[in-house]
Amino acid sequence: MKSTIPTWMHKHPKFRLAALLFAPTSWLVVAYLGALGTLLITAFFTINSFTGDVVAKFNLDNFHDMFTDPAYRNVILRTIGIALSVTAICVLFAIPMAFFMAKIAKPKSQKILVALVLTPLWASYLVKIYAWRTMLEPGTGVVDWLLSPLGIHSPGFGGPAIIIGLSYLWLPYMILPIYAGLERLPNSLLDASGDLGAHNFYTFRRVILPLIFPSLVAGSMFTFSLSLGDYITAQIIGGKLQMLGNVVYQNFSINLPFAATIATVPVAIMAIYLWLVRRTGALASL
Amino acid sequence: MVLPQPDRPVLVSIRNLSRSFGVVQAVDDVSLDVYAGEFLTLLGPSGSGKTTVLRMIAGFEKPDRGSIELGGTDVSQLPPYERDVNTVFQDYALFPHMDVISNIEYGLRVKGVEKVERRARALVALEQVRLGGYGERKPAQLSGGQRQRVALARALVNRPSVLLLDEPLGALDLKLREQMQIELKELQREVGITFIFVTHDQEEALTMSDRIAIFNRGKIEQLGTPREVYDNPYTTFVSEFVGQTNKYDLNGTTINIRPEFITISKGETFGDRTVAGKLRDAIFVGATTRFLVDTVDGGTLIATQRHEDIAVGDSVILSWESEKEFLVN
Repeated sequence: MKSTIPTWMHKHPKFRLAALLFAPTSWLVVAYLGALGTLLITAFFTINSFTGDVVAKFNLDNFHDMFTDPAYRNVILRTIGIALSVTAICVLFAIPMAFFMAKIAKPKSQKILVALVLTPLWASYLVKIYAWRTMLEPGTGVVDWLLSPLGIHSPGFGGPAIIIGLSYLWLPYMILPIYAGLERLPNSLLDASGDLGAHNFYTFRRVILPLIFPSLVAGSMFTFSLSLGDYITAQIIGGKLQMLGNVVYQNFSINLPFAATIATVPVAIMAIYLWLVRRTGALASL
Repeated sequence: MVLPQPDRPVLVSIRNLSRSFGVVQAVDDVSLDVYAGEFLTLLGPSGSGKTTVLRMIAGFEKPDRGSIELGGTDVSQLPPYERDVNTVFQDYALFPHMDVISNIEYGLRVKGVEKVERRARALVALEQVRLGGYGERKPAQLSGGQRQRVALARALVNRPSVLLLDEPLGALDLKLREQMQIELKELQREVGITFIFVTHDQEEALTMSDRIAIFNRGKIEQLGTPREVYDNPYTTFVSEFVGQTNKYDLNGTTINIRPEFITISKGETFGDRTVAGKLRDAIFVGATTRFLVDTVDGGTLIATQRHEDIAVGDSVILSWESEKEFLVN
């Protein structure tokens, strides 16, 4: 008998499966679920106001503070608003771009276009946001220089700047799933719709949009969740504006349990979002 | 069989139609008249231009040159949604997110047909393709043959003046295909709509068509009834593409004869032409047997007939009527 280990493995499929899944499962359980669990538990702890030490005593004070203080409520609503705007803008820009890539461009240029869409991801996040800072700088930035002759001025640093910056950062994550979805959509369906009398907008609304909806959901999970958790963009081009991430960042060293409480908000919002999406049935065809 | 009747009006008139893709001349100066109510088949091998002609009639491709008149008006520059034609696609192209009845209603809905009438007409169409009761299924829950029928109903419910069919039976298995050929032909007689049917299957073309246009390299090589095309092929291409043909050198002239007109025997002859030879092979194909014969003058002839008790290597005599031979250019 030769090659005894492969033969033994072949005879023990359960062991094979265990060997295959050992690394990813341990990562998922220890690093991912472990961290998430710690976060959730810490959110219910408090600190000793004299020493600043974490007191492991279960209470709801942090949540009470968070929901009753209008400042935090505003931050939550603002963050959701920004994440929704970013997602909407990304959808608006990504659909025509992905449609061109998947249905109009020649096969050769398709690959080049995919590469071009990915190129911004090669540059560092920080560099890109600082670039936007320079561009949006009121008076001296590129945006003002280019658009002020038209009577349009840079929005300056604040909410609109954050939305522009995040939309720019996450756009590739929206384009790629929509592109993949449109690739899978047979051209004959578009032909058939036109053949049955539908002009292009009708075809888009009744055939294309429902069929790429799962792709929009996939893309929005990136743009929405990445926006919810972001704090660097807000810090660099947000002016005085704060997002949830900034509040977590500020509380991290002084009140860890409260930071954890704030951090559960994006998790909860994403959970609700996924639940809503699931009800539409889009996850079934993902 | 319905022969093309000169008193029938011309419904589709194609003149000098050309279309190229890059360096490939897909359709090369094609002219063709289609009569109202006829079943016309565009037959040819893949890449012969038949599908491109169909797609230009539908409006999915624009011609480089030439015109397509539909009922007297030039539609060659109109978008698909402004043409009174409907298409049955090769892959059926049913909308996967809609159930069967919504698929069939789609065209009526686009045109703003009111809901009650739309549903009633869709149900009639569904009945017409013998799928009554399947309205609420999704396309994915249907078999290939059923999808094909839904595609047919979805097109017919709009009562187009011309129905275009792009190899609609290509994906079905043989038995189902033969059954659908008959059904399609019956349906066409019933609804009286002009059918333009694209296929690469010559048997299918012979079975269903009133007339056949045989395409080769972007041009029509011959246009005629199935009988005309089969009995009197104009060109070598047609004679070889439609049915089988023996090309045989007889005393210095090349003659063409269909295998089924040749009789094989061990002594008797049937007809004024006789050639002696040796049986090289006999291939049993069910209803008939194909006999491959090496003739004494070094040629090869194929005869197709009912099975005969002749062993490979036996001396045989092939005979046929010289009037069954045909000339091609």
